[in-house]
Amino acid sequence: MTAAPANLTPELVSQHGITPEELDRILSVLGREPNLVELGIFSALWSEHCSYKSSKVFLKELPTKGPRVLQGPGENAGAVDIGDGLAVVFKMESHNHPSFIEPYQGAATGVGGILRDVFTMGARPVALLDPLFFGSPSAPRMHGLVDGVVRGISGYGNCMGIPTVGGSTFFHPAYDRNILVNVMAVGVARHDGIFRAKASGPGNPVLYVGSKTGRDGIHGASMASDVFDDEKAQRRPTVQVGDPFVEKLVMEAVLEVLKGDAVVAIQDMGAAGLTSSSFEMCARGDVGMRLDLSKVPTREPGMTPYELMLSESQERMLIVAHAGREEEVAAVFRRWGVDAAVIGEVIPEPRMVLLFGGETVADLPVAPLVDDAPVYRRPLLFPKPVPPGEAGIDLAGAPDEGTALERLLSSPNLGSPRWIWEQYDSSVQTNTVIGPGSDAAVLRVKGTTRGLALTADVNPRFVAADPERGAAHAVAEAALNLACTGARPLAVTDCLNFGNPERPEILGQLAAAVKGISLACRALETPVISGNVSLYNETDGVSILPTPTIGMVGLLEDVASAVPSFFARENDVVAVLGETRDELGASEYLATVLGREEGPCPQVDVLAFRSTVDLLVELAADGLLASAHDVSAGGLAVALAEKTQGPLRLGADVNLDTALLPTVLLFSESAPRVVVTFRPGLEKAFLEVARRHSVAVNFVGRVVRGPLTVRVNGRLAVEIAPDEVARLRESAHGVLTEVSA
Amino acid sequence: MSARPRVSVVVFPGSNCDTDAAHAVEAAIGASAKLVWHGDHDLGDPDLVVLPGGFSYGDYLRSGALARFSPVMDEVRAFAASGGAVLGICNGFQVLCEAGLLPGALLRNAGLRFVCRDVHVRVETIRTPFTAELTKGDVLRMPIAHGEGNYELEVPELEDLLDHEQVVFRYVRPDGTRGEGANPNGSRDDIAGVCNRARNVVGLMPHPERAAEELLGSADGAKLFRSFAASLLVAR
Repeated sequence: MTAAPANLTPELVSQHGITPEELDRILSVLGREPNLVELGIFSALWSEHCSYKSSKVFLKELPTKGPRVLQGPGENAGAVDIGDGLAVVFKMESHNHPSFIEPYQGAATGVGGILRDVFTMGARPVALLDPLFFGSPSAPRMHGLVDGVVRGISGYGNCMGIPTVGGSTFFHPAYDRNILVNVMAVGVARHDGIFRAKASGPGNPVLYVGSKTGRDGIHGASMASDVFDDEKAQRRPTVQVGDPFVEKLVMEAVLEVLKGDAVVAIQDMGAAGLTSSSFEMCARGDVGMRLDLSKVPTREPGMTPYELMLSESQERMLIVAHAGREEEVAAVFRRWGVDAAVIGEVIPEPRMVLLFGGETVADLPVAPLVDDAPVYRRPLLFPKPVPPGEAGIDLAGAPDEGTALERLLSSPNLGSPRWIWEQYDSSVQTNTVIGPGSDAAVLRVKGTTRGLALTADVNPRFVAADPERGAAHAVAEAALNLACTGARPLAVTDCLNFGNPERPEILGQLAAAVKGISLACRALETPVISGNVSLYNETDGVSILPTPTIGMVGLLEDVASAVPSFFARENDVVAVLGETRDELGASEYLATVLGREEGPCPQVDVLAFRSTVDLLVELAADGLLASAHDVSAGGLAVALAEKTQGPLRLGADVNLDTALLPTVLLFSESAPRVVVTFRPGLEKAFLEVARRHSVAVNFVGRVVRGPLTVRVNGRLAVEIAPDEVARLRESAHGVLTEVSA
Repeated sequence: MSARPRVSVVVFPGSNCDTDAAHAVEAAIGASAKLVWHGDHDLGDPDLVVLPGGFSYGDYLRSGALARFSPVMDEVRAFAASGGAVLGICNGFQVLCEAGLLPGALLRNAGLRFVCRDVHVRVETIRTPFTAELTKGDVLRMPIAHGEGNYELEVPELEDLLDHEQVVFRYVRPDGTRGEGANPNGSRDDIAGVCNRARNVVGLMPHPERAAEELLGSADGAKLFRSFAASLLVAR
């Protein structure tokens, strides 16, 4: 070693987020003191963000295998067979802290990063979905945060030409100072065109392609692994700046070069940049690399090896090519106007040897940094689910049902996010059969008769009330959303956003949520094929609601038969699948109308969800469904109101008989329930199929040209015109819909 | 039996609707579509040149401002000058304006935001290859997806445009009337698309290639391509 050892003061070590115990471990791995470059590398790879050191022990529980799974977790993204020799490739990630510091760039680079994960697999990205969690609309900075995040997603995704077709928007004070920006990217690849990030073949050249390296984003991975406070909110230089135009060129060049056979492996330089990409590629292939950092294209002079290894400049990839083919690879990138440079080679010893200006600046074993990162079994406290109160929910002071419905429709969480998704290009690539605003988006797969259904969502209030059940609900609900379009759910990607794992009760939430996800994924046969964990979502001691976002992809055999969400035809029969129970706990009604967040998460019978999913898929395949819409936040009344929002703006005459209180019947969030419509005369066929799947069906009314009227036990409880539903929903976000100064 | 129409779609760095346009003309009129790289000088003897949507050169200066300097634009100019049909969609429309092949300019949307949604446009003239088979007053539904679609030009130029029936499409309400709620970007006189004086070069902000199949919710856009194919037969 020629580089001097770092002067390992406790300050320096702690600035790198390394604990004294971890330092001991480093010293024993190396048998010497690390130098500064090496310390920086340890810091990045052993950060929570890269190593999953707090969550690893739980994630092992998740089911990751299935007959259609081509690639599970551990690669840039997961892949699932969709027939015809094609695969759907997808993953979800978070970009929470950067988006709170600098919303436009934070969200934009979140989109850029997840797209790279998908196209490095050899898949052309076909869709983006963005589940967003904001604070109260009136919280300080919230207007600018919402505006910036949406413009950031729009600016990046639109320029790339990838349609943003779905996602969700949730507002809650728990996110006032820690918003969540989750982004899911979906691509399509040929089975034989799927690439992996496993370096091999000593002597093979290592190429750096993409943007030049600058000083931006140094230590982003460590930032994402720490709690947040005012001082850190000033850390603007750690947020990267995105350039979607360059990424578009990089994407086209990557997809072109991967069509040939010159490339051995490829990985995105995401969090921890050159460090994570080089180490992870080597770890997968049990080889090493010798890299000359002076050959890395740089944006500014005087960059040190430390900065080069830790920069998170965007739009960069690392490629291992077959020996002798490097020029061929570089030529493709140059034709697209993208930098490409050979910066080193694969070596047989599993070591990372870094040179700079002729000197060795780091020499580290690969495995201890990647595979043997510390794993913490931190103390954890399993959450006690909120129990059902003995007297149920107190409805004293509840307004009449019509007023309650109006309040719900004009509340932030049930209002129309149309003004958000209209800023996203949702129709580029000409595959969008069902766009944003429905239960799930549906895309056709060109060259086949098939379609993909996509959704990404979670109800954090349910998870807060009962992490295990709430997380299971998120999975089951996602499956139901897909099935409403007629799609068979295939697989899951998750983005587990939680607070500080060093708090036992937060770690307990995570552990319980993973249990719930596992349970539901097993019952629904939807393995988890990729995902991301975002911890330390806590600011000044205030933690976010536990937010395990679930992204799910389903398959439609015949995309032309995709079922819409909305009332489609006058005089169709309206039916409700499933049963309504007295379950107002943790509901949107309780929070919005009565201003209380209490009570238990509704029951989640995953087998009942499974039956309802199977039923919907069969009904859709048989052409029996004219529309289907899942009953979720806001309950049956809101679901019925939403069903009026189709292009035809049809209403319905609905009659409900119940032993429950009318308010409970209309606003309970019992699941699984689905409002479906179909042609009159099909009732018998419908009942027969439903009975076979043991799903309760109630025929409750007819679709009409006119208002939505709901009678409960003969009394008119709700009467509202479709245009009024639209007006209320469009008014829900007030000043947020305006451009922020 | 007539030959398949030959369509060349120009690919600028940052174009992202190039393959969409190629797919749509293949699906709508059985055209043989070819992607032409912006650095090339050979358009490949097409019947129609399409400048597609996207963000050419990232649109960091002004939409379409750099693309007009692309080598292939010399060939597009020559092709247009010889009477060849040119269709600019969205960013392609912006490129045609920047290149001086169409009058006017496209400014930032009045609402200052990118807007993606279905709009209705009315056919204002049938004296172009893309509207010849339609009827004046026909209303077509197609998506828009742009941040800079606010068509603007000086008053004398506008009068000139109107005098020569060069407005091809206007934003209207679903019933075909102009007025509140129709114009998505604040464009002058509700203009959604225009043609040059010779009527062979047409630019529009809406995306006909995204509305060329019923599966996608509207096939109205295909009417432009079918109209072109029919006019080609007449010309032959």
